[in-house]
Parts: sequence; C-alpha cells; structure tokens
Amino acid sequence: MNGIVLLILIVGLGLIAWAVSRMRALGFRRRLGTRISSLPHHHGWYVALWTAAPPLLFLAIWAATSPALVTDMVLGTPAAAQLPPPGFERAAILSEARALAAGRAHGAFHTLSRTLAPAYDAAQARVDWIATAVVLMLALAGGTYAYLRVRPDFSARTRIERVILGLLLGASLIAILTTAGIVASLLYEAGRFFSVVPITDFLFGTHWSPQVIDPRDPGASLGAVPLFWGTFFIGAVIAMAVAIPFGLLSAIYLTQYAAPRARRIMKPVLEVLAGIPTVVYGYFAALTVAPAVRQFAVSIGIDWASSESALAAGLVMGVMIIPFVSSMADDSLAAVPNAMRDGSLAMGATPSETITRVMLPAALPGVVGGVLLAVSRAIGETMIVVMAASGVATLTANPFASTTTVTRQIVDLLTGEAEFDSPKTLAAFALGLTLFVITLLLNIIALTVVKRYRESYE
Amino acid sequence: MSKRPSLPVADAPVRPTVWDSPAMARRLRRRYAAERRFRLLGLAAVALSAAFLAFLLVTMVAQGIRGFTETTITLPIDLAAADLPIEPARVKGRSADLALAGAGLEDAVDTAATMRFGRDGADLLSPGAWLAVRDAIKADPAILRRTVTFTLPVASPFDVAAKGEGTPDAEQVVARLKAQGVLSTGWNWNFLTDADATDPTRVGIWGAAKGSLLTMLVTLALAFPIGVLAALYLEEYAPKNRWTDLIEVSINNLAAVPSIIFGLLGLAVFLNTFGLPRSAPLVGGLTLALMTMPVIVIAGRNAIKAVPPSIRDAALAVGASRVQVIFHHVLPLALPGILTGTIIGMARALGETAPLLMIGMRAFIAAPPRGLTDPSTVLPVQIFLWSDQVDRGFIEKTSAAIIVLLVFLLAMNGLAIYLRNRFETRW
Repeated sequence: MNGIVLLILIVGLGLIAWAVSRMRALGFRRRLGTRISSLPHHHGWYVALWTAAPPLLFLAIWAATSPALVTDMVLGTPAAAQLPPPGFERAAILSEARALAAGRAHGAFHTLSRTLAPAYDAAQARVDWIATAVVLMLALAGGTYAYLRVRPDFSARTRIERVILGLLLGASLIAILTTAGIVASLLYEAGRFFSVVPITDFLFGTHWSPQVIDPRDPGASLGAVPLFWGTFFIGAVIAMAVAIPFGLLSAIYLTQYAAPRARRIMKPVLEVLAGIPTVVYGYFAALTVAPAVRQFAVSIGIDWASSESALAAGLVMGVMIIPFVSSMADDSLAAVPNAMRDGSLAMGATPSETITRVMLPAALPGVVGGVLLAVSRAIGETMIVVMAASGVATLTANPFASTTTVTRQIVDLLTGEAEFDSPKTLAAFALGLTLFVITLLLNIIALTVVKRYRESYE
Repeated sequence: MSKRPSLPVADAPVRPTVWDSPAMARRLRRRYAAERRFRLLGLAAVALSAAFLAFLLVTMVAQGIRGFTETTITLPIDLAAADLPIEPARVKGRSADLALAGAGLEDAVDTAATMRFGRDGADLLSPGAWLAVRDAIKADPAILRRTVTFTLPVASPFDVAAKGEGTPDAEQVVARLKAQGVLSTGWNWNFLTDADATDPTRVGIWGAAKGSLLTMLVTLALAFPIGVLAALYLEEYAPKNRWTDLIEVSINNLAAVPSIIFGLLGLAVFLNTFGLPRSAPLVGGLTLALMTMPVIVIAGRNAIKAVPPSIRDAALAVGASRVQVIFHHVLPLALPGILTGTIIGMARALGETAPLLMIGMRAFIAAPPRGLTDPSTVLPVQIFLWSDQVDRGFIEKTSAAIIVLLVFLLAMNGLAIYLRNRFETRW
C-alpha cells in the first residue's frame, strides 16, 4: 500500500516540477522573444525527469531489498531470541507474523508470531519512513539540480531527445532479450535433462513411455524417435497433402481466373479460415472429423482404426494451413514478371499451360519457401494434436493408427502433477529445444530461399 | 572455304501446319478441355475450402445455440410447510446465504420435487436449482410463509434430452413431463454471468471472459508501446550495423516461433525464476505480450515505411528535430496501420491456448478473477477444458463458448478492416 502512495507522491512531484520549470522557461521566452534554444515544455520535461526518475529507480531497488531488511530488524529484537533455529518452523512463524502485521491474517497458529507481529509492525514503519525520506531527498536534489540548469541557452531538447532515443533502443532490445530468454531457459533446462538422460538415448531411442520411468535407466523410456516421426507424419505429410494442393490451386484460381468481384469475396473467406483459433479446430477435429475418419476406416475393413487417428488431426491441420500456403503462393505468383506470362500467352498457350509450364516453374522457389514455412507452422501447432491426436507414442505409417507429436507430449508432460525437477518434466524442455531448433532452421532456410528468389526478379 | 553442314530443317520439305485439319481440331479440343478441367479444379479447391468453413461454423452454431438455452420445470414449493428453521427477518445482508444453506433449503426443494414428481423427482432438478429458490427468498423473505411456484433448471441429462440428444431413458421421462406441461425452454442468462462449475447446467462463460479481458489488458499495455517504439527505432533511427541486423533477425524469428515455446519460456522465467503466481492473468498477459510484440513491430514497420519521405523532409526543413518529426508527423500518419496490425495481433493472442496451458491457466476456477494476480482461466482454455468433460451436457456448452469466442474475434477483425478502409491513405 505504501509503495502506491510513494508512487503517487513521485508522480505528483514530477508534475509540479514540470509545471514550475515550464513557467520559468516561459518567463525567459517572454523576456528574450523566441531566442531560447528549447521550447518551454522541453525544460518542463527535463526537470520532471530529473525529479521523478531517481526516486523511481530507488523504489524499484528498494522493493526488492526491503523485505530482507525488515526481517533483519525483527531478528534483532529481544522477542526474536525465542525463535527456533532456522528451518521450516522458523520460516512459518515469521511469515505468519508478517501476515498478522500487514493485517492479512486475524488468527495465528503459533503464539510466538503474535509477539513478533508488533516488532514487524515497528520495523515496517521504520523502513517505510526511510523510504519516504530517501524518495523526498532524491526528488528534491534531482529537481533542484535540474531546475538550476534551466536557462535560456540551456538545450533541454537535446537531453530529452537523448532519453527518448534510449527508450526506443531499449524497446527494440526486448526482442533480443526474449530470444535470448527462450534460448537460455530451454538450453538450461534441457542441459539438466541431458545430465540425467544421455542425449543419444533421447535423440535415437525408439521407445517413449514417460509414465513409467525406470530411475536407474531413465533414457530407456525417453527415446523421442516416435515423437519426431509422428510430428513429421501429421504435420509434414498428411497436413501438407491437404494444404499444398488446396492452397496452391486456390491461389492460382483467385489470382489468375476469378473475376475481381469473386476475388473480393473469396479472399476474406480464406482469411477467416486462418483467423479461427486452433482450439476450435481441435474441438472440431475431435468431435466431428475423428469419428467420421474412424467410421470410414471401419467401412473399408480396418476395424481396429483408432478414434484418435493421425489422419483426423492431420486433415484438420491441413485445412488450417490452406490460407497460409495460399497467401505465400499468391505472393510468389505475383512476383513473376508479367512479361513471362504475356510471352507465353502470345505464343498461343492456354492460360492453364502458361500457369503450369511457365509461371509455376518460375515461382517454384517462392512456393517451396512458403511450403517450408507452412511445415514449420504445422509441426509447432499444439491444440489440434492435443485434442484430436493420441497420447500414446507408436512408430507407424498407418494414417488410421494413433500417433503422438512433440507438442502434444510437451503439454502432457507439463500438465501432470510431477515435481519440476523430475526427468519427466525436464524432458518437456528437451522436446521444446528440439522443436525450437527445427522450426528455426526451417524458417531460416525458407526465408533465404524466398529472399533470393525475390532478388532474382528485381 | 569448307562447306557448311546444312541444317536438317532447311532440307526438309516445308509443310505448312494445316490448322483446320481434323488432327489439329482434336488437339485443340483436348487442350481446351484441359484448360476447363484446370479451371474447375481451382474453383473446386476454393469452393471446398469455403464449404469446410461453412460446415465448421454451421456445426458450431447448431450445437452452440442450444448452450444458450436451458430447460426449466415448474415446481410449486410450500415453503411454509417445509418449516425452515429461519426467520424471514434474518434473511438479510451478507449472512443470508449461509443462514439459508444451513437451514436445509436444499433438502426442502428436493422434498418438494419428490412430492410433486415421484420417487426420482429430486434427480430431475439441476444441482443448482435450490440456488434460484434461495435468491427468490433473499429478494422477498415474505414468501417463506406461502406456497410459491418456481421455474427451476432441470438436471443436465434431462436438459440434453429435452433438446433432442439424450439417452432413451431420459427422453421417456422428458416426454412424460412434457405431456404434463411443466417443462419450458428459456434463455440461460446465467451462462453469460457465471463462472466454471462441475455441473453443465450451472456453468457460465463470464469467469473465463473476464480472465481473457484482464490477460488482454496486460498484453496490450506491454506489447503495444514496446512494439511501436521498437518499430520506430528500427525504421527511423537504427544504423546499419550488426546489432540492428540481430534485432531484425530476432523479431522475424520470434514471429515464427511456435506458440508453445513461449509457454515454456513463461514457465521457466516468469514462474520458476521470478516466482510470479501461477494461473494469473498477469503471467498470461506477459507471455502473450512477448508473442504479440513481434507482430506489432512488423505491422508497425510496414506502416511507418509507407509514410512518404517528403513529410519528414518538410518537417525537418522548417526546423523540427528528429524526435519532433517522428512523434508529430510520422507516428500519427502511421497510426491507423499500426492499430490494424495491433488488433490482428491481439485477436491472435485472444485465441491462443497452448502457451497458457503451460503456465497453469487450465485449473478449475469457479469464481471470476478479481485482479491481475488471482487464479483465472481464459476463453480458449475454458473451451479446451469443457471439451475434455465426459458429461454430454458439456458438448453444447463448449460450442456455445466457441460462439462467444468467435463473436469476439469477428468483432475485432471487423474493427481492423474498418480501420484499414476508413483511414488508409494512398500517397
């Protein structure tokens, strides 16, 4: 609560500083005409920044360190001498006393925590006083320093703009930080996993059953080959068998044949397909498509067909990817120079001959790049396989059998009740790392192919 | 001078192509047929995609619309005869709920149902039926002294049966009750105002919707300013060097990283390293913000790129500084494009499920969150949780929740399209 009061105080002081120094700068302007180097509000912002930024920085550090300080002060009081030695009980009593002092709890389990609560209260009050004093001091010192620098020839604008530039740079560094965070956290957790399970067992083992892990040889049941195969089979084979023909043909029809009006209607329809959340596709796959696929399999004589077949998940995933492939193909076809098409048509080729023999070969690198991006998206897709594919890892190429994927296993491993340090949960991070590396490689290759292709026609 | 070898073509007798020969006509017919086939193939691909979309939407709406209705049964309850050990005067204020629950109101309602509909009468009522009676008493304590006819929700199996999807047993019971004229169907307003529950007749979408709202607020508050500032830096300031390349590469890659990886990041960093609360909208928002930011940066850069240099030159020429040029001229002109990209990114974040499962937002939460750190769930995760339930009554609730989610997404995309058409400037 006190933190918020201090925050409001700081902002208030900043506003006052802004107003006062702006007035002062306005005064200069009145006396000297427009010949001052910065606008009044630049001076205002400069002083406000000096007033508010140092206390805010202090408050951020203080918020992290003050609880330890309070505990230290409480431990220094005579009442704390009766505390049991460091351990679970001591921590429990202290946290109870803290809750009592803050008014979050009314009754206490330990009697000692009642006697300690006033000590906590006093310590907290003292710490709060220190914080308030330091904040006021910093704000006054910073504000005065900056206010004294407000002169007609002082270039507040340059300083303010330097701060803004720093802000912009900081914002764009967040992207690097995120990437670094992903890589670091995946590498760290996966490293812990590989210190228990040999990396060769994980990458080349063909048996995956994380439910029963032999503590002496955890690698024996954590071989990820069935998962890699299942991911490839659903995402890169079945889904692409749907998405590539449909996406490519839709793109060709919409860009080459359709009347402008039909295109204006049909393009958004495809985009809607891309905007539907994956959980909806997953539900649809599990509720409607999977039973239909199973029925079909039974009707052609495969009566052991799974109701969690690879085919159902793959088909729906393929539909989800159609708009993606279509828009990539659309871009690639549009990049083919018109002269090539016109030349072919002028020679007497029909439009379909022009498309299949001239435009598609010319656009092929772009289309391939788009398909690679689509594959990368399909193998990273989670909800459809979580809801429609199976959780049992089998190494099979039968589309009616059940298969599992990397993403599905990550979800299964991390939503169980297991503690965080078991090889089972760490395996999820190893799978995540593998997925990250593969999608990264696919993206880099695809973007390079697409880029080179674009350049060849520019 | 050696004799040049003659080309075979030159020696061959020149036979002009006879365009109207039968062979040529046949060939031409074949080529035209192939053309028509190809064209039809393309049309079929588009039509099938559209048909799939239509089928999906129709299935969801057909199932989901039932989720918004409930079957109710009229039941007279003689509250005076039930003789609840409670004074009408005491049914006031905060302790009323506790007092009525302790007074055995639930049993009284069950008894009334058994008296009216026979031995299995109590099973006909939804487990939440007595709550409606409680609320009526709270609204008017005087009814404790009379017989009142209530309209109460029926239990899930009979609700499903009344909508034509139930088991034969339940269908029979429903047919009997319908003949008595005690069943009716109405809008289930509680579905829009309640949170998750264990019984399908009592579930509501508001808890998840509020969780989504809070999560989206955090996402927007972080991703929008950071994304816009980063886009401004990359387009207007960034020098061509290795750092800038690194930033660009990481943004482009982040946009293509599978969403579940962001969930792993959130789990490892926000929960395990920073110790933020599990299942909280705060953590969900942080995670989704990291995912949405690259989308906003990319859209923002395109919008900023589209602002013609003449605007910048003009502003610089009259003495504006770089910062003034950017914040007074470039940013306002690029804003519609940036907003469109932001809305599309937010729509994607709203439909995202996988990363939120990783940070524990799949818990059963029976009350709407009251703050950013309260445990909560979000709409897509709620859909996922309900889809996992065995009870048949949850099928229509899942579809109804999907309709709610799709309506939100449609509204957001519609807004994006409107903004694009309204403010798009071609220079």
